[in-house]
Amino acid sequence: MKKNSILSKVYLVLIFFILYGPIFYLIFYSFNSGGTMYQFEGFTLNWYRELFQDTRLLTIVLNTVIIALLSATVSTILGVAGALAILYARKRRVKNTLLSLNNVLIVSPDVIIGASFLILFTMIGIKLGFISVLLAHIAFSVPIVVLMVLPKLEEMSESMIYAALDLGASRFDVLTKVILPYITPGIFAGFFMALTYSLDDFAVTFFVTGNGFTTLSVEIYSLARRGVSLNINALSALLFVFTMLLVVGYYFITKKSEKPRGMGVRQ
Amino acid sequence: MKNRSRNFYLIPYVIWIALFVIAPLFLVLYYSFFNIEGEFTLSNYQKFFTPVYLKMTFSSFWYAFLITLFTLLIAYPTAYLLTKTKHKQLWLLLIIVPSWINLLLKAYAFLGIFGTYGAANSILEVIGIGSQQILFTDFSFIFVSVYIFLPFMILPIFNALDELNPSLLYASSDLGASQWTTFTRVIFPLTLDGVKAGCQIVFIPALSLFMLTRLIAGNRVITLGTAIEQHFLVTQDWGMGSTIAVFLILAMVLIMIFTGTRKKGVL
Repeated sequence: MKKNSILSKVYLVLIFFILYGPIFYLIFYSFNSGGTMYQFEGFTLNWYRELFQDTRLLTIVLNTVIIALLSATVSTILGVAGALAILYARKRRVKNTLLSLNNVLIVSPDVIIGASFLILFTMIGIKLGFISVLLAHIAFSVPIVVLMVLPKLEEMSESMIYAALDLGASRFDVLTKVILPYITPGIFAGFFMALTYSLDDFAVTFFVTGNGFTTLSVEIYSLARRGVSLNINALSALLFVFTMLLVVGYYFITKKSEKPRGMGVRQ
Repeated sequence: MKNRSRNFYLIPYVIWIALFVIAPLFLVLYYSFFNIEGEFTLSNYQKFFTPVYLKMTFSSFWYAFLITLFTLLIAYPTAYLLTKTKHKQLWLLLIIVPSWINLLLKAYAFLGIFGTYGAANSILEVIGIGSQQILFTDFSFIFVSVYIFLPFMILPIFNALDELNPSLLYASSDLGASQWTTFTRVIFPLTLDGVKAGCQIVFIPALSLFMLTRLIAGNRVITLGTAIEQHFLVTQDWGMGSTIAVFLILAMVLIMIFTGTRKKGVL
């Protein structure tokens, strides 16, 4: 039994090493003055300095953040409406159909979403660029918001709504003074997920972005295809810190509300 | 529910579904009947059933199968051992965190690690095997894919194991079952849903992630996703790309039915 537990510890340590090794490898070499990812010559912050002086890159970061904030906001509104629509659907069949349609974009591979949106935008005549990327991000973030908000709505007791109506609240009052405050944690979780989905997306953006407009993921891809450059390492170190902050923030948001059931891995 | 007023939340949500879920799917199907000159034809489907495309489809499935298999083989013991640890939720969170790091950055890290002078080759030198070409091989592609998908597989299996009633295990050992029998006859069958969910989450992206094949496997491995990207963005043959997309969607639907999980909205 004793031997077993040592063996299992070794296994887990190995798994954690494999999971985190590459990430810290990247960050470690971002401080390398040698300019390669295999020979550490000396400590430098030059790559970070270069990063902050690269105005093109800063513009791309700004684009990415704007797209993420806008798409998360709009998709949260749409998603809350969607969750309410599913909640209020009277027929079981309608409810299930809506739910299945909602999940289509979640299970679809990114290539399919990207390719089909590319066709869609070309057909409607939307110019590829900021608008098409924004619309695509809104579109694929809506279902995840619905999934985050719906459980909260379903656990809400109906008698609260009836009580409000009995006390003379209008339907609008019920929405803004009873329902929305109750599901706020779900809305925050949904907004947060939409934000990270948007920040992280590569494949869909890659399809629907034109020549002029780039987000960070697409930029990383084109840089990485050209080979190793330690700018990317510095960038990834910053993104790692940023992601950690987001995770911690999200952790506290969900922890405050209830069990962290929304803490899922991302596709 | 007695409120008789119309469910006006449906309006924005249904517009979203129509525009971004249903329309794109039909457009993909529609485009698959047109050749590169824009004539209506079935030739794309004819072309799909030629050896070139069938071989590509087969190899894509083979790679996805291998990736899923190896991910499962590594993930199951990990999930099992995690449920035995003291602060299991915290450890689980630490397993999930790497999945929040941008996928491209993780792939990029392996460009350094697997490179000619990278860490992997240094280790091989020290062991005495000597340096090898690792990058742009099947091995590197499968290794990096397994690395990326591991958290997605661990989470559902962990949840299934965590829900397992421990008294069943005591009952099994009281009735004289060995540890192995308990595993194969009690634990594994009861966690099959988690395994299925994990396989589904891994297999579909493994068929379609084109950026991994591009970055890690050079152009040696062509998956369905790579082929779609190639047709849409490089050769501009949207018809053929859509045809492959139709088959990818079919494959996806089959996998969903095959691994059919009853739980909705579990990512």
